[in-house]
Amino acid sequence: MPTRIRLLNGAFALVEDPFTTVDDDTAIPPGDVIISLTRFQAEGERLLAECRKVGVRLESHEEVEALTYDLPRLAVVALVFPKFLDGRAYTYARLLRERFGFKGEVRAVGDVLREEAGYMLRCGFDAFVPADGSTPEDWDRATHRFRHVYQRSVDGRSPAYVERGE
Amino acid sequence: MYQYDTLDKEFLADRSAEFRGQVARRLAGELNEDQFKRLRLMNGLYLQLHAYMLRVAIPYGSLNPTQLRKLAWIARTYDKGYGHFTTRTNLQLHWIKLADAPDIMDHLVSVDMHAIQTSGNCIRNVSADPYAGATAEEIDDPRVWAEAIRQWSTVHPEFTFLARKFKIAVTASPKDRTAAKTHDIGLHLKRARDGSLGFEVMVGGGLGRMPHIAPTIREFLPANRLLSYLEAILRIYNRQGRRDNIHKARIKIVVASLGVEEFARQVEAEWEKIGTAPDLPDTELARIRGAFAPKTFEILPAVSEALEAARAAEPAFARFARNNLKPHKQPGYGIVEVSLKAIGETPGDATSEQMEAVADLAERYGQNDIRVTHEQNLVLPHVKLDDAPAVWKALAAVGLATPNMNLVSDIIACPGLDYCALANARAISVAQNIAAKFADQDRAELVGELKIKISGCINACGHHHVGHIGILGVDKKGEEFYQLTLGGSGAEDAAVGQALGPALPYDRVAGAVDTLVDVYLRERKDGERFLDTFRRTGVAPFKEAVYADAN
Repeated sequence: MPTRIRLLNGAFALVEDPFTTVDDDTAIPPGDVIISLTRFQAEGERLLAECRKVGVRLESHEEVEALTYDLPRLAVVALVFPKFLDGRAYTYARLLRERFGFKGEVRAVGDVLREEAGYMLRCGFDAFVPADGSTPEDWDRATHRFRHVYQRSVDGRSPAYVERGE
Repeated sequence: MYQYDTLDKEFLADRSAEFRGQVARRLAGELNEDQFKRLRLMNGLYLQLHAYMLRVAIPYGSLNPTQLRKLAWIARTYDKGYGHFTTRTNLQLHWIKLADAPDIMDHLVSVDMHAIQTSGNCIRNVSADPYAGATAEEIDDPRVWAEAIRQWSTVHPEFTFLARKFKIAVTASPKDRTAAKTHDIGLHLKRARDGSLGFEVMVGGGLGRMPHIAPTIREFLPANRLLSYLEAILRIYNRQGRRDNIHKARIKIVVASLGVEEFARQVEAEWEKIGTAPDLPDTELARIRGAFAPKTFEILPAVSEALEAARAAEPAFARFARNNLKPHKQPGYGIVEVSLKAIGETPGDATSEQMEAVADLAERYGQNDIRVTHEQNLVLPHVKLDDAPAVWKALAAVGLATPNMNLVSDIIACPGLDYCALANARAISVAQNIAAKFADQDRAELVGELKIKISGCINACGHHHVGHIGILGVDKKGEEFYQLTLGGSGAEDAAVGQALGPALPYDRVAGAVDTLVDVYLRERKDGERFLDTFRRTGVAPFKEAVYADAN
């Protein structure tokens, strides 16, 4: 079974992935699936009625707002980094958490590299499928590298100006 | 000046440790050059034609003597004994060995410096008026807000992988010394009728292939809402900035394609949703503001006898004072401009010895304050007029007393073909040739304010679009040619220059500038600068003269 790195209670672990990621040309297998936004809009209703968990894979050019209405029914939103330089998914993750109150799994897929772990964590990602073979230990190190941060974000860390006041 | 506290220092130490690890992985062969590239570019380390280049951040162009001395020491120890001040008010070291880079970073950190966000598609080093805290023109100190932006933008989780680089400038004076309107965001601090502070927000300026002067999207933003408003702009940009074409990726293209009104509407809508969460509490603003509290100045007469005596006795000093000594808000003080544009030298370069001399002067006569300007000069912002002759002497002793501020030889030039892999043509030697034509100081002063800006390629790092005379190097079948533009300005009267005519070969550029100046001297009316005359007459007389010469 495939795996992904999960952040659970502040710790990173390699855990089995119960979801099958299905592309648009493949028949939907049984069990929990992650499908494209287009496919979700066409078949989501039927799949959810089958009492399985459904996630949506959002490409970086797609609007996260397209999901808001369905978010409470989704188990996973997988945000695609087509290349690490394409940073749109950071905004989407933040909006999912801060603006739309999404409590499910926000998964980073695509060109996902350990160097970006800190940014992803701060924006609200909690699951990662690394493209560089990195381990949970690598992610743990990468996200604990900085003792301080300067901005408020999704992770709830106190920014420098709050720390200073304490 | 803002002092880094334990938090700021620990942040820099952590960053430097991370960088050391990355370099170690590269040196051990765990990373290939391609994999390493994206890491080193997060810390201003470029691979250029001959060697690695490290771009050190100088937030809002502000340095203390300890920092400048450390830069001098680094340049002497790890480089060839000089550095290059850039139009982003950073310092570039062009001959770095990779194995030395982590140690250099640690030395920078030891004086509260770093190279964070001096490259990559992130929010770059913020710039501010180099006369901040010294000029009577400003309504409040723009550095307070530049520092707030520095902190907010440092390793920002959402905005570090934008569609393209992003530059912000802050000014608080009607006379704009930051080129705010050529920035992705230009912020102009103003006071409302009720006395409250706010910003005029200009978005979507930029040079490069498609020059744009930033339009105003909001006339007055309450100052304490700045960071949430910036967050709204950046979020719109992160989502809509084009990632399919690097030449259309800057925010200016988003603003231009949506239209200013629609762009502004989207920003306001996003800002409303964001609310006040990203804004700094008043206590933190007050803390930062306290760090920029006005210096203690002596009560002095407005006219300095020592200065007037030196003027009378030393024509060379009189010339320096005329051109490089600017009015200070405090009677008896002046702002001293230190020209890095000595005739025949590379614009913006300073040797270690020169940096140390300026650091000494700042300590002895200048309240420990040094600024870097986007026009690639240095400034001692608080010098007693009584001390100006001594400062001049000391500057002259190290070749830093060139009396050419804003004159024809005070040229901005990018590194050009001599250093840069992107360049089509040389820029530095064109600047040197022009400066040599105007080596006669009397003639240069007769010409008055004339801003020449030279870029070695279309990326426009030398800001040629906004030069009163702009010069752009192009490659024509392997030969260096130069396109001239006239009438540009990066200041409060910002405009993009207009093409003069067909490109000229390398050896005709300095002569053409000479001809343009002759036309100006012939055509000008009382009090007109070159720019004013050009805007009145249009391109015709200039064009006629330059191309008549060719025939």
